[in-house]
Amino acid sequence: MKMEPIETVEPVVRIQGLNKTYNGQKVLNGVDLCIGKAENVVVLGKSGSGKSTLIKCMVRLSEPDEGSISIMGKDIVKINYQELNALRVKIGFLFQNGALYDSMNVHDNLAFPLRHHRKHLGKEKLNAMISEVLENVGLPEAGNKMPAELSGGMSKRIGLARTLMLKPSLMLYDEPTSGLDTATSKEINQLILDMQRKYQISSLIITHDIACAKMTADRIVMLRDGAIVAAGTYDELNKSNDEWIKSFFN
Amino acid sequence: MTTADSSLPAWFPLKKASQHAGEFSLFFFRFLKEAVRPPFEGRVFLQQCFKVGNKSLGLVAITAFIMGLVLTLQTRPSLAGFGAESLLPGMVCVSVIREIGPVITAVICAGKISSRIGAELGSMKVTEQIDAMEVSAINPFHYLVVTRVLATTCMVPLLVIFADAISIFSSFLAYNIHGDITITRFFDMALSKLEWIDIFPSIIKSIFFGTAIGIIGCYKGFRVAGGTASVGTAANAAVVTASLVIFFIDMIVVQITDIL
Ligand SMILES: Nc1ncnc2c1ncn2[C@@H]1O[C@H](COP(=O)(O)OP(=O)(O)O)[C@@H](O)[C@H]1O
Ligand SMILES: [Mg+2]
Repeated sequence: MKMEPIETVEPVVRIQGLNKTYNGQKVLNGVDLCIGKAENVVVLGKSGSGKSTLIKCMVRLSEPDEGSISIMGKDIVKINYQELNALRVKIGFLFQNGALYDSMNVHDNLAFPLRHHRKHLGKEKLNAMISEVLENVGLPEAGNKMPAELSGGMSKRIGLARTLMLKPSLMLYDEPTSGLDTATSKEINQLILDMQRKYQISSLIITHDIACAKMTADRIVMLRDGAIVAAGTYDELNKSNDEWIKSFFN
Repeated sequence: MTTADSSLPAWFPLKKASQHAGEFSLFFFRFLKEAVRPPFEGRVFLQQCFKVGNKSLGLVAITAFIMGLVLTLQTRPSLAGFGAESLLPGMVCVSVIREIGPVITAVICAGKISSRIGAELGSMKVTEQIDAMEVSAINPFHYLVVTRVLATTCMVPLLVIFADAISIFSSFLAYNIHGDITITRFFDMALSKLEWIDIFPSIIKSIFFGTAIGIIGCYKGFRVAGGTASVGTAANAAVVTASLVIFFIDMIVVQITDIL
């Protein structure tokens, strides 16, 4: 499981020839990418290389110009809005700053997706689930806090907790460690690993932080100006002689 | 920028304006479409109604009170000159209900509510909260826009009726500074001049004002792109546009009632 993508079964994500242009500027240029079951793939690239655009295309927050994105066997570019939403429920998306709803407290933030997608769920069941995820992200006491009272690291944990409420089978992380100190980054990385092991979640982790890549990646894909220039495990890429790749690993 | 923009500089402002109008129309049609689609977010709708009412009640009351007072005190000498002082209650009542009540209330709500909605949705946009809703398969347009626009559409007419009542009451107080009249007699005189053709267009107008206030705030908020600075711009643009649109609607409704 650790080394190469699983070729025998259909991967959870298969992206082929993805292109995206903003105002004449080519942001993604023929990206191909596969993610296997319970695999952590890290996309490593400098700021502005198109990393966020890539995962935004994967949930259709951004419409790709060309190429196919197949997630759990469905081509998300072709399906209609209902099917898209049915698929989105199975995908967790952690935004760079958590994107917590700042008019609601933490408890309501976590309850929000369930109130919409699991209407029949009783109050007790809901509270039990919220306690469980809060426990999972290491913030069991945070339920009554407002998002404005949380630190950067806590916001990301609660953001992660909120996506876990719907028990996703695929997680997309946008720079999970950016803006955090080393110790907090480590905790977040550990959390990502725990989620993978505990729930068999496949993950795509977008980052420019090599420490994060080292800790979480089964496989690293390097993105430069919207194109994939290298791929491999941390150790393989670390041995590379390419100047540009080296600049990340030092 | 496309070549058309640079080759036709004189047309550029007009081009931009028509682009805005087009985008706004699409936004408005989307609202109409989503408004009739279930599920109806009853709880959020009531919360928004409460916010709209609660936030503007005081301000509307004070302004309406002053309007009724001033109108009465200022028209009294002219009417007294003709010996037609007894027409005063009726005149004040008609002008308050037909014009002053709806327009003043709507402009205050534009300042208070449109800007609040614009800033609220705008900051949700820049902090990716709207995207977060979208990716968790909750339609943000349905959840945020429809509830807010329906709330203003229902609440602004109620605020207008409230403002009308306060204005007429303050007019009674002003009338009594010089005269001596019971409140029942005053309301008798005031309402005797009132006809359906005064009340009906004013209510229709208020409903349009309410929709405009809500939808313009939402439109400006949803259009925010980029940093936090654009949130302030959106709130500001919402107030300016909503106020202007209110006067346009007023003009059109007056023209139509004139024909009828
Ligand atoms: N909505 C947008 N409109 C126009 N340009 C955009 C938009 N989103 C991203 N870009 C451009 O695409 C490029 C890549 O952006 P992004 O994917 O956010 O990079 P990263 O996440 O790797 O830092 C940047 O040059 C950015 O200016
Ligand atoms: Mg980014």
